Amino acid sequence: MTQDIALTVENLKVYFGGKRGLLPGRSNTVHAVDGLSFEIPAGTTFGIVGESGSGKSTTALAIMRLVHITEGNVTLKNTTISALEGEELRAARSRFQIVFQDPYSSLDPRKRARSIVREPLDLMNIGTKADRNAHVAELFRQVGLRPEQQALFPHQFSGGQRQRLGLARALSTRPELIVCDEPVSALDVAIQAQILNLMCDLQKELGLTYLFISHDLGVIQHICDTVAVMYLGEIVELADRQSLFANPRHPYTKALLNAVPSVNSSQRSSKGRTRLKGDPPSPINLPKGCRFASRCPQAEPQCSQFSPPLSERTNGHKVACFLAQ
Amino acid sequence: MSKPLLQVKNLVVDFQTRAGNARVLDHVSLNVNEGEILGIVGESGCGKSMTALSIMGLIPSPPGQITSGSIKLAGQELIGLDIDSLCKIRGKEIGMIFQEPMTSLNPVFTVGEQIAESVRLHENASAKAAHARAIDMLKAVDIPEPETRARAYPHQLSGGMRQRVMIAMALACRPRVLIADEPTTALDTTVQAQIFDLLKDLQDEMGTAIIMITHDMGAIAELADTVAVMYAGRIVEMGQVNTVLSHPEHPYAKGLIACVPHLSNMPNPVRERLTEITGVVPALTDLGKGCAFAPRCNAVLDHCYQDKPDLTATQNNHLAACWAADMQSVK
Repeated sequence: MTQDIALTVENLKVYFGGKRGLLPGRSNTVHAVDGLSFEIPAGTTFGIVGESGSGKSTTALAIMRLVHITEGNVTLKNTTISALEGEELRAARSRFQIVFQDPYSSLDPRKRARSIVREPLDLMNIGTKADRNAHVAELFRQVGLRPEQQALFPHQFSGGQRQRLGLARALSTRPELIVCDEPVSALDVAIQAQILNLMCDLQKELGLTYLFISHDLGVIQHICDTVAVMYLGEIVELADRQSLFANPRHPYTKALLNAVPSVNSSQRSSKGRTRLKGDPPSPINLPKGCRFASRCPQAEPQCSQFSPPLSERTNGHKVACFLAQ
Repeated sequence: MSKPLLQVKNLVVDFQTRAGNARVLDHVSLNVNEGEILGIVGESGCGKSMTALSIMGLIPSPPGQITSGSIKLAGQELIGLDIDSLCKIRGKEIGMIFQEPMTSLNPVFTVGEQIAESVRLHENASAKAAHARAIDMLKAVDIPEPETRARAYPHQLSGGMRQRVMIAMALACRPRVLIADEPTTALDTTVQAQIFDLLKDLQDEMGTAIIMITHDMGAIAELADTVAVMYAGRIVEMGQVNTVLSHPEHPYAKGLIACVPHLSNMPNPVRERLTEITGVVPALTDLGKGCAFAPRCNAVLDHCYQDKPDLTATQNNHLAACWAADMQSVK
């Protein structure tokens, strides 16, 4: 496998609101994403996991250039997509595509399946009309839909089939990066397995690069090569799949793993029952120091004073914690 | 053992639809004892929520109707009760936690008022006493500063807090049976873990019987004593949680357990393919005469398309509705 870097994200920040606060001197800025940096090697899957409000979806939208980037660079191969504007950005969009969470609201109910999948090709003016139709037929085959289903409307498909349509649409322009924002969380478990297998097959067949966002650690463990754990807009731990799950180092990662109910009874009984208390602090008034300190079972006085940087411990395993080895 | 607290027997529920008659529950039988947690698991549309709604007498009618069967709470038949008697049971004897805490709370009343309402109705308590109970309940579900929170409106609380309020409301009159319909689906994993701990503690303290409806096998493993797996309106497997999870008999139950990527602390370096259950859930309007799972089953026999298998005991207290599983146990 080549180790070309498909996507580089440097110090990405997305703030919402800002100086529009009612009172002077008082800021209402929501720090949704606060200084993310990571790289995705081509042909691999990079996972972002975290709870609601941790900024994972905002990261996806920022990389897709669907929300305003406050600061930082997003580079796809050699193009800094965070700097593009207008027509240049529109033209570049064929190189990065997204699969949304909700397969019901992300497909136009008044278009036939074939036009939904062909729309990116039409908009980008790729190939002749005959080429496009042939390509759509090929895409339908790749995602496991029958040719005669091209003429149907979205409501005639089941949830899993709709997500296949979403995948086909994202694949249509042969993008270098596919951002998947919780692509399976709206699906039943049996269907979820079908879609995850399909995504793995497509990756092998076409050499795709995925940015995969999920709150489900089981799914993340299954599909990702590298995993970043987010808490309140920051990456608290970043490591390859093996290292992260075998040897989690950040207390938040440990707590997350601990909270997942397990089917395996032996694993259940041996687990320590340390539960996280309370809710995350507000992303408007961020605490000084480590953002996890108020809920951390191991917090020390220094944790609420200084904010720990994300630093590398052993071969590529990065943690943002003063106490983690 | 004494008689089960809640006894559902051969419950059949039909919905009249434009596409014909849909049998959403087909001879569902289950028992819940005092202090026991029964998990009901299955995909969407399998009838889990309908089972809960029938017990509460909340089947939307028309188009739905309970065609036959019986639901007994401590010996008292609930089907056919008039609305006044039902209202005395709902909230008092049987509490229910709904799936979405945002849409099931009333946005224009404070959460304290909403919890106090059922106490005032069912126990004829004074406003003051009911309010005091509401604060006690908020304290019981681990909400910090219960006095302040009782005056909060639902939108001022986080998702986890709202679900705690729902639980407090359901438990305010100390019901004997608590039905939790996907109580943690809308919540984060860490909050889910808190809610599970809370449910277990409350059950230990009050001896409430809990029916827990979920699609998550992990949640069942964590919380339930017995489990019923449902498919297309029927219970296809039922038994002790540990037996069912470690030795599932029905191919659907097997598939349901195997298709979820399970978290492990020693991930396999080579990524395995997930087990798929091919195909989709059939429409309830045309189930045919055979086993509803037959078209998706990987152990299907000719016989499966002819006759519906009944729930039969394979081992002690372990029931499965499958011809193939039957054959194996005979051998």
